[in-house]
Amino acid sequence: MLEATPKEIVERKALRINPAKTCQPIGAMYAALGIHGCLPNSHGSQGCCSFHKSHLTRHYREPIMAATSAFTEGSSVFGGGGNLKQALTTIFTVYNPDMVAVSTTCLSETIGDDLPTFIRQARESGAVPEGKYVIHANTPSYVGSHVTGWSNMTKAMVTYLSAKTETPNNKLNIIPGYVEPSDVRAVKQLVTQMGIDAIVFPDTSDVVDTPKTGDFQMYPKGGTPIPDLIDTGNSTATLALGNFTSEAAATALQNKCQVPSRVLDLPIGLRATDRFVQALIEFSDVTPPESLNDDRGRLVDVMTDMQQYLYRKRVAVYGDPDQVISATEFLVDCGMLPVYVITGSPVGKRFEERVKDILKDTVPDAVVAANADLFYLHQLIKNEPVDLLLGNEYGKYIGRDEDIPIVRFGFPILDRVGHSYFPTACYWGGIYLLSNICNTLLERLDRDAPDELFELVR
Amino acid sequence: MTPHDSDTLKLEKATYEVDPKDVTKEMVSPYPAKVARKRAKHIVMRDPSIEGQEIQANVRTVPGILNTRHCAFAGCKGVVVGPFGDVLHIVHGPVGCSYYTWMTRRNQYRSREDGKNYMSYCVTTDMQDSDIVFGGVKKLRQAVQEGYDIFKPNAITITATCPVGLIGDDIQTVAKEMTEELGISVVAFNCEGYKGVSQSAGHHIANNGFFKNWVGEGEATDEEIEGFTVNLLGEYNIGGDSYEIERVLEKCGINVIATFSGDGTYDAATKAHLAKLNLVMCHRSINYMAEMMETKFGVPWTKVSFIGVQAFAKSLRKVARFFNDEALTQRIEEVIAEEVAAAEAEIAPIRERLQGKSAILFVGGSRAHHYQDLFADLGIKTIAAGYEFAHRDDYEGRQVLPLKVDADSRNVEELRVEKDPERYKLTADPAWVEQLKEEGFLNRYEGMISEMGEDTLMIDDISHHELETLIKRLKPDIVGSGIKDKYVIEKFGVPCKQLHNYDYGGPFAGFQGAVNFAKDIDMRINNPTWKLVKAPWQN
Ligand code: SF4
Ligand code: SF4
Repeated sequence: MLEATPKEIVERKALRINPAKTCQPIGAMYAALGIHGCLPNSHGSQGCCSFHKSHLTRHYREPIMAATSAFTEGSSVFGGGGNLKQALTTIFTVYNPDMVAVSTTCLSETIGDDLPTFIRQARESGAVPEGKYVIHANTPSYVGSHVTGWSNMTKAMVTYLSAKTETPNNKLNIIPGYVEPSDVRAVKQLVTQMGIDAIVFPDTSDVVDTPKTGDFQMYPKGGTPIPDLIDTGNSTATLALGNFTSEAAATALQNKCQVPSRVLDLPIGLRATDRFVQALIEFSDVTPPESLNDDRGRLVDVMTDMQQYLYRKRVAVYGDPDQVISATEFLVDCGMLPVYVITGSPVGKRFEERVKDILKDTVPDAVVAANADLFYLHQLIKNEPVDLLLGNEYGKYIGRDEDIPIVRFGFPILDRVGHSYFPTACYWGGIYLLSNICNTLLERLDRDAPDELFELVR
Repeated sequence: MTPHDSDTLKLEKATYEVDPKDVTKEMVSPYPAKVARKRAKHIVMRDPSIEGQEIQANVRTVPGILNTRHCAFAGCKGVVVGPFGDVLHIVHGPVGCSYYTWMTRRNQYRSREDGKNYMSYCVTTDMQDSDIVFGGVKKLRQAVQEGYDIFKPNAITITATCPVGLIGDDIQTVAKEMTEELGISVVAFNCEGYKGVSQSAGHHIANNGFFKNWVGEGEATDEEIEGFTVNLLGEYNIGGDSYEIERVLEKCGINVIATFSGDGTYDAATKAHLAKLNLVMCHRSINYMAEMMETKFGVPWTKVSFIGVQAFAKSLRKVARFFNDEALTQRIEEVIAEEVAAAEAEIAPIRERLQGKSAILFVGGSRAHHYQDLFADLGIKTIAAGYEFAHRDDYEGRQVLPLKVDADSRNVEELRVEKDPERYKLTADPAWVEQLKEEGFLNRYEGMISEMGEDTLMIDDISHHELETLIKRLKPDIVGSGIKDKYVIEKFGVPCKQLHNYDYGGPFAGFQGAVNFAKDIDMRINNPTWKLVKAPWQN
């Protein structure tokens, strides 16, 4: 598979091999799907839109509806204003969404398309009907990664829509981060369990995990309603889950509507969920119900019950920075050793320092890197192997070559099911993630055991 | 034995419960007036009494319309260039384009003796802000060097994504310089996504690049290769298709010199000009190569299909006819008899479960057409079909060529190819070749329309709304389409067979491929789950 990868770690200045990230607009498209009645529009040539739709479709096994400004060479020379106007006319006439969320691509960014002006002109020309919304995010692919695209589109929801009126709504805003619909559902459930009223945005649950009914819904029932997005300006506070995906929107909301905000890790694993719950308590002045303590206790129970299979197991973790940070902490809390922790997103020092801090007492010599790729990770593993890979599907090639089991976690997963239905977030999600890890290790133990050690009881 | 005439492979008349004319109207009714007029020209109902029915194709997509088309980069790197396995493919651009073409087409490749195989690598210059501002040429040159140092591939390709052309990075010069410096072939393709109106432009660009740089160049010798030799053009070894095709060809005693490009190697590609006949599978993606090879080297081509039991048998007979060799012909007939009987034995019981079902197919620039034959083998009628990025000749046949060149097609270089004074060599008796050409046996493609059944619908570059209307009104038993449509269709409770990269399945080409396909379609249509979509209390 990857036989050509040399063990010796070579310095590379120009070549990215087997990236652990992709480009901004796919993140923006995914975020936009989290608004009810919204049709994302990719402003560039149709290829980008096609790539992003295909990839999201494969990950979720669901229809992903998104349009494109369909640039040809002419638009690249004369600018994409005409294309956007025409796209909006077509979209509102034929598909009638409540909102169009435009994200740019490499092409429109490079030619310097001025989206706010285009959108204003389109509105003035009547291409955008009364009462309909158009928002946009700049998502050049030569900056950041898909994570940045998600963050930018989420921020655009605030800058375009959030408004402060005289009436506070006594709600909390929660920005769940670039996660699975199952995770958003888990966050919403936890919040409800605590008796808190919240506006969760963007919310991709019931959009990319819809039931099969014999009918197709262009705009499924899920997604944050537009009035709620507007109302975020009247909330008590914002909890931004995920440093690299949710902070920008929370800060924008603080600046625009003076809604105080706090940035937390994604609530994946025990302690990150604890901190989320504590923040909810603090901002809402509620006492968690007994049922929540029970959920937490069950996760602790699994963590302790299974320690014999986890203790000091070497793990390589890779993927999106927010997921990786929380997962690393969780693995450490389970007694495991995350020896290589890598994200492809160019998020730099902030990520590296955070992870190193988590690891300082257990794996002080761990290799932690942002802006890294899977080729590098593979080389590290060739020099000193690990017992487990935790990350997206692309690690399966390394797993096969080096005979290491892999637990799929993060984005994308194109070869397994379950990620969009079973959360890894909150206490229940922790049980699911840990079960996956334990069962994968146990499966391996059984597979490799000689007859005399092939035990019925584990 | 088979449900349709093996010689013509014409499709049956379509029968609907509704008037297809009403469906056509319904398809375009919600569009703004101008768009409706435009789209109407892309929708044609088959009327065999009309000579030369026309259809609009290969024109710009209406911005904002939901369709499934792709871009030049996807056609070039994703479809044609990517499947060469011993070649390192470096994508010059921001990370995304390279990432999305990382093994997503399921092209299979087996390493040769040298063990070189880069199929599962995704390699890109991952351009950053500063590269866009100051130019990416330096980085690209460095990347090619690093790629060579690490992998020592047999050749390197560079494919360009959108911003590269805009900032003016001269990737052709980098390729030329690095070819000299490294002593291996480095080929650059200016396949920036905005070129042309769909991925089709990228196919053309890929063909040009390979023709200029590889075919008859580099390591190539001019030593004649004995025997019955062919190239497979426009076959991408998705799900292992070419393995099955080559198995049968070899059994017949026919040697494949080069495949463009499934399971292809650099070395074989350079020798392609030595083959005696080119077999063109996907007309749209590779007809340029066939034409250019004939002009320069004298290798004639014939259009074949490997999809479907009868279609494959017919194609094998075409090869037999061309070589006009008694022993070969006899051998081919034996192989056909044996293989068809084996395939038929497995397909027959499945056909009983599928007979009389209906399909609608919207795939590729040739694929919808090829799969009609395979569906017919299974007793399934194709009632509507179309392509995503075809040109008029793919529908109407090559007799409509040359087509008017518009602003968008002008963006793709048209190579001026001439007879090679030394190496041009007729591979068969000139009178025989002439005769075959006159009969329309060589260098001819009839296109999709002539084979469609009466009253069937042909729709070019179908949009989401049109597809939805078709499903609701025509109620097909299965739709053949791509991943972006698949789950839309299946939410309606109608099974969809993904025919671009086949999802999990394949091979579907050849005789054994047809058996695989029959099983797959049986599973998709007759799976008990479809009947469980409604809860008992909802029925
Ligand atoms: S990297 Fe740029 S051109 Fe490529 S898919 Fe992403 S946005 Fe499109
Ligand atoms: S028609 Fe088929 S083989 Fe040809 S380019 Fe399209 S998908 Fe590929």
